[in-house]
Amino acid sequence: MAEVAAERAPVVSSATTAWRSYVLPLVIFALFAAIPLLGQFTAEAYLLSLVTRVMIFAIAALSLDLLVGYGALVSFGHAAFMGIGAYAVGILASHGFGDALVALPVALAASALFAWLTGIVSLRTKGVYFIMITLAFGQMAFFTASSLAPYGGDDGLTLQSRSTVAGFDLLANDRVFYYVTFLCLVAIYLFCRALVRSRFGRVFRGARENETRMVTLGYDVYRYRLVAYVLAGMMAGLSGFLLANATNFVAPAYMSWQRSGELLIMIILGGIGSLNGAVIGTAAFLLLEEWLAGFTEHWKMIFGPFLVLAVVFVPGGLLGLSRFIMRRLRRG
Amino acid sequence: MSLTLFLIQFLNGLQLGVLLFLIAAGLTLVFGVMDFINLAHGVQYMLGAYLAVMFYAMTGSFVLALVLALIAALAFGLFLEFVVFRHLYGRDHLDHVIATFGIIMFLNQAVKYLWGAAPLSLPVPDALSGSVELFPGVLYPVWRLVIIGAGLGVALLLYILVSRSRIGMLVRAGSTHAPIVSALGVDIRRLFTIVFGFGAMLAGFAGIMIAPILSVEPGMGDSILILAFVVIVIGGIGSIRGAFIGALVIGLVDTLGRSFAVDILRLFMTSSTARTVGPALASMLIYVLMAVVLYVRPAGLFPAKGR
Repeated sequence: MAEVAAERAPVVSSATTAWRSYVLPLVIFALFAAIPLLGQFTAEAYLLSLVTRVMIFAIAALSLDLLVGYGALVSFGHAAFMGIGAYAVGILASHGFGDALVALPVALAASALFAWLTGIVSLRTKGVYFIMITLAFGQMAFFTASSLAPYGGDDGLTLQSRSTVAGFDLLANDRVFYYVTFLCLVAIYLFCRALVRSRFGRVFRGARENETRMVTLGYDVYRYRLVAYVLAGMMAGLSGFLLANATNFVAPAYMSWQRSGELLIMIILGGIGSLNGAVIGTAAFLLLEEWLAGFTEHWKMIFGPFLVLAVVFVPGGLLGLSRFIMRRLRRG
Repeated sequence: MSLTLFLIQFLNGLQLGVLLFLIAAGLTLVFGVMDFINLAHGVQYMLGAYLAVMFYAMTGSFVLALVLALIAALAFGLFLEFVVFRHLYGRDHLDHVIATFGIIMFLNQAVKYLWGAAPLSLPVPDALSGSVELFPGVLYPVWRLVIIGAGLGVALLLYILVSRSRIGMLVRAGSTHAPIVSALGVDIRRLFTIVFGFGAMLAGFAGIMIAPILSVEPGMGDSILILAFVVIVIGGIGSIRGAFIGALVIGLVDTLGRSFAVDILRLFMTSSTARTVGPALASMLIYVLMAVVLYVRPAGLFPAKGR
């Protein structure tokens, strides 16, 4: 852990470089905002759905990075929260409640409840055991979803249409849905950014660096972690809500442990402990996957070794790599 | 819930448990000695099955296929250790997860590329293909008994190896005090390599033994890997004894749960509800068990001493 911690950039930069911390996110979000405009010149529907997917997963990745990067809580069951958010949409829609004003609160509440219940147990364990117990809870959610025979079981559940908003068909338009997703991503990004810099965030990060010290200082580390875990679960639930709407489909595969692994890969690819990294890593992962899949159906034979090489040679992720290159360039 | 059905399911559970032990033993050793999370352990099991099918097709003899596949599984494990894992010891657990996840992706796809996505099968050796009559009217396939016997044999062998031999002593010492063992002049790297290769071979052995009764297909290692992790976490990481008991418990709970959940639930609820809830509950049972064990004993049932 110490080695990784040392490579992390400080979250709160000094005043002189404070403006720099806004450049990268501004560039990233400006790009996201501009993509539908580019879309007019190419296959718009394809581009919009691809980038919408990237943004949806970026929300989940941000929430996971909150736990892994800032709290050293490696959750290997994070896909479960996404799946619960998605299933909330699917199950409600199949009973005729197709409105976001119903589905979204239910999705958030359900994922928060699951996070709270599993967090109470998981957060008592540490390190590897935490990885494994979150994996176990993820599997429980997965098998529960697979056995929901009235809602498609293994095959999943197809939605008739996207959620309405207060009875209006707002989200049916791909562009509107794109920008709604975009706004959610920006909101979650800003929320996470504010959270890690807040007093709460400092305690949470402090517990990552030195738990004993935080406990000695009188902080109830367990409760801070539980709150962060529930918040992260809710954010992933939001991304699940959006995912169900984006694909009009819900399946147990959304909660598979492979999906949880992919989420971890996304944040590591970008560089953990950096919110920008989570967004960049997600984009890199999904776009690379899409690009390679366009070449050959055996793209995983290229992607797998790529991951291995990335871990062995680029421990800090893409952001770590770019920092390294910048430093080299500056030195000349 | 007749007694004979219970007995048969009990044996099936035992067989699953023994199989899980073969996989979990290597996993827990690698985990305990090297502090390395090897998600790719499941694909070693898959590879063992595929190699056995391939060598059987080439030689036509099960015994030859077994021997060749074991050697190949060992060689491949050593190869992976040499090329990839060696560079990741001492790194963050997260790095282990991602790198080995990449290996899973590659090997699952490579297997699909080489042998196709369709499931393959391996015939049971002729001499062991029949069934025996356990009780009058109760038949049980011999091959499953062979698996149980082989697994118990390996368990005994491992126990003697770890607790009585010199290499076992080094493994035990290395799992708790690696730097000191190294300072005493033991080449700890070589010890790691040996443990790793041995673990890979055991997983391959499990794959070979199960190939005649399961379909051999890409991704077959993924689900068993998660079960093996449940086993070692329940048993206590790094403990062979824990892995053995954990494996038997998980094998029995899972198998018996799946067979009898609906019947038991029917005592409390209507049979249609029981049929819906039963399978869900049965597949969750081992994870519930794991959560309960970790809640009560956060380091597993038999934590290795000194960790």
